[in-house]
Amino acid sequence: MITFENVTKRLGNRAVLDGLSVQIEKGETFVIVGSSGMGKSVTLKHMVRLMTPDSGRVLVGGECISEAKRGDLERIRERFGYLFQGGALLAWLSVFENVALPLREKTALGEDEISEKVLATLKLVEMEKDGDKSPSEISGGMRKRAGLARAIIRNPEIVLYDEPTSGLDPVTSRTIDALIENLRREIGVTSIVVTHDLHSALSIGTRIAMLHNGKIIELSTPDEFIKSSCPEVQSFLESQFITKKGPWERKLK
Amino acid sequence: MGEIGREMMLSCRTVGRGTLLLAQALLSIRHMLKQRARREIIHQMFVSGIKSLGVITVVAVFTGMILALQTGIALREYNQEVNIGTAVMISMLREMGPFMTGLILSACVGSAIAAQLGTMAVSEEVAALEIMSIDPVRFLVMPRLVAMGIMTPVLSFYTCIMGVLGGGVVGSTQLGVAWAAYMDNATRYADTKDLYVGIFKAFLFGIIITVVSCHEGFSTTQGAVGVGAATRRSVIVSFLLILVIGYYVTRLFYIS
Repeated sequence: MITFENVTKRLGNRAVLDGLSVQIEKGETFVIVGSSGMGKSVTLKHMVRLMTPDSGRVLVGGECISEAKRGDLERIRERFGYLFQGGALLAWLSVFENVALPLREKTALGEDEISEKVLATLKLVEMEKDGDKSPSEISGGMRKRAGLARAIIRNPEIVLYDEPTSGLDPVTSRTIDALIENLRREIGVTSIVVTHDLHSALSIGTRIAMLHNGKIIELSTPDEFIKSSCPEVQSFLESQFITKKGPWERKLK
Repeated sequence: MGEIGREMMLSCRTVGRGTLLLAQALLSIRHMLKQRARREIIHQMFVSGIKSLGVITVVAVFTGMILALQTGIALREYNQEVNIGTAVMISMLREMGPFMTGLILSACVGSAIAAQLGTMAVSEEVAALEIMSIDPVRFLVMPRLVAMGIMTPVLSFYTCIMGVLGGGVVGSTQLGVAWAAYMDNATRYADTKDLYVGIFKAFLFGIIITVVSCHEGFSTTQGAVGVGAATRRSVIVSFLLILVIGYYVTRLFYIS
């Protein structure tokens, strides 16, 4: 579905992605973890060409998005939904208008159909009563859920999540995880999730990749991931009190 | 030398990007008749025009009053103070109207545009539009460009009227020129060319302010500090361009 072929990206003097090659399959929830500044969000941005590689290629369904022309780029991007870290809702529009925006701008649907679809999607993220509120009136978790509603309103094949649970309380984090998992199970959406939250990664991921210095140092299923012998992976797991016994048995200090 | 070369390259790149932004915005004007675009243009006209009216009125009236007072004092020595109407009218139409309007709008509206788009850029709202395949230039720049292209000439004309009225108040109360004589003198020698050139200048200033502010806004990085820097740069660059282009337009139309 999405293929990185030897992608290199330098920001300043530092190689944020250093010959990254990976293939993400259709229908999976691919989780990218790693410490801050290791290139997780940069990887995500390459998938929709918010950034372009210095060398190498990014393919989406066989089409090279990193070299696509304007018309092709628009068509390829329409296959994606993107949940930004802060939700990236337009501040002067209400929650309802934000979610309706892609439909109003990119489809010929009438207002009644748009309204019906928006309310159904807001219900999916448990925000059907908050449509009239402005982004400044709602909490961070609600902004993320509204952002998710906007990301999935046009039924994209692939949804990218940039830190979907960062800054949220554990209960809201698990609600977001459940939403991501439901989308995969019920609609067959391919999800790519960038996160620091290993509990979330181990719960929802079908495969987990750990980025370190612009390279993938571990790529495995959640069960294999916690048993990895890679010292960086072990250190990352231990930092969140997760032992080799299983994801939910925490080694509390 | 290397530093100078780098700065020059950077300036050339900024000019190139600004020109490209203007070209993209002009190309997207074909979408302005769509209902949502029309609504946004009207909203932007309200923001750039009506909300600036108060400060423009005060500045225009006092500019006219100062012009009348200064020229009146000079002309009184030759018993020609009756001619202050012409002096105020021509100054306002040719230069002061568009110039003062441009300066006020770049400070009030241009800075607000740069700050808003800058905040949108750093909070990834612009990127979100791109992902949704909504062209940020069509969605954000075009309505502002059309609104400023219409409102700046209108406000400039309004500035001229208020300036001339302000000059009339000073003429009749301080310099002993009758109101009717002042107005007669003001309208008799003013040329329609002065009006057209002034309006053309104001139109150009509106376009410059919008393109500079939008470009600075879109180029914003580094959070709140970046937004502040972009806002400051947009006002400075707009001021300078208004001065320089104002001079060349005057030269183009009045020195053949």
